[in-house]
Amino acid sequence: MLPLSKILGSSVGKKYVMALTGLAMVFFLLEHLLGNFLLYSTDPVPYNQYGHFLISFGNILIVAEFVLIAILLAHVVSGISVALGKKAARPSGYRQSGDAGGASKKTFASTTMIYSGLLTFIFLVIHIKTFKYGPEYAMTVDGVVMRDLHKLVWETFSNPVYVVWYVGTLLFLGFHLRHGFWSTFQSMGGNHPRYSPLIHSVGIFIAVVLAAGFIGIPIWIYFTGA
Amino acid sequence: METMTLNLKVWRQKDTNSTGGLVAYTLETVSTHMSFLEMLDVLNEKLLAEDGDPIEFDNDCREGICGMCSLVINGVAHGPWNGAATCQLHMREYKDGDTITIEPWRAQAFPVIKDLVVDRTAFDRIISAGGYVSMNAGGAPDANAIPISKSVADEAMDAASCIGCAACVAACPNASASLFTAAKISQLALLPQGHPERAERVLLMVEQMDSEGFGDCSNHAECEAVCPKQISISHIARMKREYMKAALMAK
Repeated sequence: MLPLSKILGSSVGKKYVMALTGLAMVFFLLEHLLGNFLLYSTDPVPYNQYGHFLISFGNILIVAEFVLIAILLAHVVSGISVALGKKAARPSGYRQSGDAGGASKKTFASTTMIYSGLLTFIFLVIHIKTFKYGPEYAMTVDGVVMRDLHKLVWETFSNPVYVVWYVGTLLFLGFHLRHGFWSTFQSMGGNHPRYSPLIHSVGIFIAVVLAAGFIGIPIWIYFTGA
Repeated sequence: METMTLNLKVWRQKDTNSTGGLVAYTLETVSTHMSFLEMLDVLNEKLLAEDGDPIEFDNDCREGICGMCSLVINGVAHGPWNGAATCQLHMREYKDGDTITIEPWRAQAFPVIKDLVVDRTAFDRIISAGGYVSMNAGGAPDANAIPISKSVADEAMDAASCIGCAACVAACPNASASLFTAAKISQLALLPQGHPERAERVLLMVEQMDSEGFGDCSNHAECEAVCPKQISISHIARMKREYMKAALMAK
């Protein structure tokens, strides 16, 4: 095998990292959304029990968190590297821009990946600070004391500023996934006349489901909460 | 004969180190039957008659096979016609009073030599790095001695139709040379004649592509859309598979 540094430093290898980490995070988001569907309930017990179940993994959860952070950082680093490479490869741009249409997959989503990505990164930092490191409410279910994260979430989304921020940034996450999902296959060499159109459609579907699913939570809570 | 008046904005740049700019020209009596390059010939005749400096632009065969012509027309490499080089574009596309902006390929790896002419020798260096096959000297081998299936031959031919014009680089938002490099790698990876150097070829050509200062591929597929030979980005995917295999198996 070539030295790993040489593979990862090449334009092709960089995109393997981008694709694999991106796809891993899509799976994380799907799991995250599935769990968060419990937030649509006004009953705090199911959501808090789910949270308590995750926390009960103890050290395994902490390892998983570090793995996720490593995946995220690898994705961010390769993304910034591509963005800087783009600037260096064409320091002086076209005076008039245009789109060729036809077979092109260039979209608003594909040309704004670095911005939607960085916005999502900023969103994540604030998101984790707001909830993971937010106020610790407690509640007791069947004699078990657990964190009442449901209360914190519902409290947070009674603030319209949070709701607008979440809806706005998660919309860009949707755009990021719209180009990102099918891109992971292409970057890993997965392109097939039969399956590629399907993968492209699945990518749009996943982007819409994830964005709409997450965007729905703050809106639902804002309008049904006290 | 139908004629029209066009407002042209053409990139003029004295040499590599000068700062260029768009210069406006008004060209009357443009025939709809002209090709795009003939229209520029007429403009140059006019400039010469006025003791001006004619606009330099690359061209040779003017029938879409040499890969010399290289104009970005209204922001699109090779202009608005899909599957056509600049020289195959005709003025019937335009109507009286249209404004047309003409710029050179823009990439750090392709310095402007003058006006609309850029230096594309970076592509030659990518080919030199690995885009060749080794042949035994001696008597010519029998034609068709090596069986190759029709589907493989077709796909290799699709890749081999690349004329090296570099519109892919010009159109790519990242100025990546992936489609060109991939077409050459793909063509030779598909054919048995290319197999002795198959693994080292992809590693060397990708390395050379990176060192020329092209950007990374972000899968916009704008390259496929402007390619006069409509080469598919499926060849870029094959390059990624070839690279993966070669990088893992390398000693």
